[in-house]
Amino acid sequence: MTVFYLSLMVVIPLVGLFFSTAKIGWEGILGVFREDRIRAALFLSFYVGSISAIINMFVGFLFAWVLVRYDFFGRKIIDTLVDLPFTLPTAVAGIALTTIYSQKGWIGKLFAPYDIKIAYTPIGIIIALVFIGFPFVVRAVQPVLEDLPKELEEGAKCLGASPFTTFWRVIFPELWPSILSGTGMAFARGIGEYGSVVFISGNIPGKTEILPLLIITKLEQYEYSKATGIAVVMLIISFSIMFLINLAQNRASRRLT
Amino acid sequence: MNRYSPNFTKWIFIGLVYFFAFIILILPILIVFQEAFAKGISGYLESLQEPDTISAFLLTLKVAAIAVPINTLFGFVAAFTITRFQFPGKNFILTIIDSPFAVSPVIAGLIFLLIFGRQGWMGSFMEQWDIKVVFNTPGLIIATMFITLPFVARELIPLMQSQGKEEEEAGILLGASFFQTLKKIIIPNVKWGLLYGIILCNARAMGEFGAVSVLSGHIRGQTNTLPLQIEVLYNEYNSVQAFTAASLLVFLSLLTLVVKIILEKNIHRK
Repeated sequence: MTVFYLSLMVVIPLVGLFFSTAKIGWEGILGVFREDRIRAALFLSFYVGSISAIINMFVGFLFAWVLVRYDFFGRKIIDTLVDLPFTLPTAVAGIALTTIYSQKGWIGKLFAPYDIKIAYTPIGIIIALVFIGFPFVVRAVQPVLEDLPKELEEGAKCLGASPFTTFWRVIFPELWPSILSGTGMAFARGIGEYGSVVFISGNIPGKTEILPLLIITKLEQYEYSKATGIAVVMLIISFSIMFLINLAQNRASRRLT
Repeated sequence: MNRYSPNFTKWIFIGLVYFFAFIILILPILIVFQEAFAKGISGYLESLQEPDTISAFLLTLKVAAIAVPINTLFGFVAAFTITRFQFPGKNFILTIIDSPFAVSPVIAGLIFLLIFGRQGWMGSFMEQWDIKVVFNTPGLIIATMFITLPFVARELIPLMQSQGKEEEEAGILLGASFFQTLKKIIIPNVKWGLLYGIILCNARAMGEFGAVSVLSGHIRGQTNTLPLQIEVLYNEYNSVQAFTAASLLVFLSLLTLVVKIILEKNIHRK
């Protein structure tokens, strides 16, 4: 029954997508890369995806570190709030962030005098992706950090290592695989993210138009084959990134043992 | 004491976390309520009575009421099958269960559009029988089912794995029927994990936007779920109404978090 339901709900649709691609053929997929607007969206999606992934890595690690290592007022509340982006509908996040970062918004106002626009530019998209993505890193690193025996660090310190060396040579290698997998998940999610980005990006073709949005635009214009082509390219790229991260992760954890 | 003592770094780190938590997590919630109450409580209550918003709210409830139980049942059966039986291809199945997480919601919507749409594979069949899936409630339900499929299974699989099957075997050896074992041993053991999975599944089902957006056709008062209704209102510069609708979903997600804390306490106590 499991297999039946799974194949009904997941396998058939996914295989179906590839069959639809077969219909449009290689020519159709390559055609995707020929259109300037799609190329711009492809570039933008991966560009903002990568930058936000790097930010997520640092912010997520910082949260995990502080939540596990320090005891302070409000720790429990912050720990709970980290799950908020998972439970808050993306459309709500989208309109809230846009209002905060638009030129009249609470934070947008602070930057407006310097002529820095946040909403309706790639910066806005990156902010939305950080909101959506950093909890993935926190939740991936947190359990590993919790299980890390304190003796390792203390041992390193006793042997005369500086705090920096302790971190870099002792703690970091242990955490590296989980940081990678969290960041990878955040990145994969970021590439496909639609709800929170569609509001803050402003959707200017060629400038702040991301791939998922372009799929919807193409669908509205009844260009189904173009939309399918974009979807397949997106799927292939994000699956291969996930695969690479898995590979790197395996390597990293094998080196440890 | 030197400047770089652990204590000093500690407070810098904590300060940074507070700062980010406030900017990234708390501000968005505050702004939703500020905008929703921009015209006072009366404005808020008035927006709540907007007929399109009410029907969107009801539609959202309906979609969740169908998608969540089905996926709960599936999640339970799948977790049971995977943790209790040995069979080839287990890892493959696990990967497939997770795959809706990796697929962009917009792509998920597109796939179902290609299958059930007028020109899709089943399009002519559908037309013959006069079944409308796309731009209609069934399409919304199917898309939501796809997106929320992994939640319950993912919660239960590690839990059931760690609990092992000794208790069930003892039950069966002592002469309990399968249903008795199910009712008295299996379900009570995974109760909290199961509830937690259902709650997460429900939050996502009610908040789903991308996949539903492709399939809904945006017919006001008919196929707009609450998140879609928010988009429509926002794009019409109807800020108070949009944020009022959004505040309902914020309540839902805060409630989810509270329930989560309670459930986690119960899971740990065991």
